[in-house]
Amino acid sequence: MKNVFAHRQHPYYLAFIVHRLSGIGLAVFLPFHFLVLGLAIEGDAALDGFLAWTDQPLVKAAETLLIILLTVHFAGGLRLLMMEFVAWSDRQKLIISSGFAASIGVGLLFLLNG
Amino acid sequence: MADTIKVEVFKGEGGQGAYQVFDVPRMESQTVLDVVTHIQRNLDASLAYRFACRVGMCGSCAMMVNGSPRWTCRTHVGDVVEDGCLKIAPLRNLPHIRDLAADLVPFFDKMQKAGGRFVAGKEVPQQMLNIDPQSPARVAVDAGIECIGCAVCYAACDVVAWTPDYVGPAALNRAWTLVNDERVADTGWHLQQVALDGGCTSCHSQGACSVHCPKSLNPSQSITGLKRAVAAAFIKGEL
Repeated sequence: MKNVFAHRQHPYYLAFIVHRLSGIGLAVFLPFHFLVLGLAIEGDAALDGFLAWTDQPLVKAAETLLIILLTVHFAGGLRLLMMEFVAWSDRQKLIISSGFAASIGVGLLFLLNG
Repeated sequence: MADTIKVEVFKGEGGQGAYQVFDVPRMESQTVLDVVTHIQRNLDASLAYRFACRVGMCGSCAMMVNGSPRWTCRTHVGDVVEDGCLKIAPLRNLPHIRDLAADLVPFFDKMQKAGGRFVAGKEVPQQMLNIDPQSPARVAVDAGIECIGCAVCYAACDVVAWTPDYVGPAALNRAWTLVNDERVADTGWHLQQVALDGGCTSCHSQGACSVHCPKSLNPSQSITGLKRAVAAAFIKGEL
């Protein structure tokens, strides 16, 4: 089995997979996001009730994961746009790891402020 | 250092077959090609594999070694052996001929499809064109022109596996060297070729080509250069 993944064990492939999976995660989240926005139209009570529900620790953890997904996808997208429309940089590994670190950092900030 | 290595070698024809195990004596500075040659000369004369120069120039001997594509003549056993074992298979993403020999025809066909041939102007130049070694276009292809066409990048690329039309990293790297060649008559034609379906826009920048290139070239960089050139030509209405 390890031979199946041998040629995929490098940071660029990890960046690719994380970008894809975070993109799928965000696409799945988007309809629920619009559903919550729709609650605001229905009235204050419906939205406030939902927002109170999101204060539960498990939901907060899921929100943090969502923030991390969003940031890591944003950082990955910026990296691709930079190399495909601006210029190549030999510091790809640094850029990838910085994107990962930034997303974890933003996630922690969200958690601390919550 | 152990006395022997357990070597699993893919034996079969046309994609059908199984791994056969051989015990090969371990030697100092032994390459993977040495191991395959030992098997063919001493243990199984029917073993089919391909090699020519043995010194990393011809690009003939690439195979999958423990799951990764490598040029076997310059790959030391000590660098790749895992728990005393080697698993050797034909290059992936290419039709299988027999045993360790893959059919490279699609690989070279795709070089043509990507516009990988040099076409000079119709008029014979009166004197040799001087290419400034420091010019940005020449510097951009300093590495790319060293490609030996071993197909290691082609075998490493998952986009090639997923998209049969994709021409692959080596073909696009070749196209990049021609787009930057001052002697080429029609650069726009080369950009049109790589902008077609299966060209540079199919690349997902997974970087496997650059990670595995035995010559340490950077086809990923060449492809992003093509993407920028194609985008610029598209905006200018030249495509």
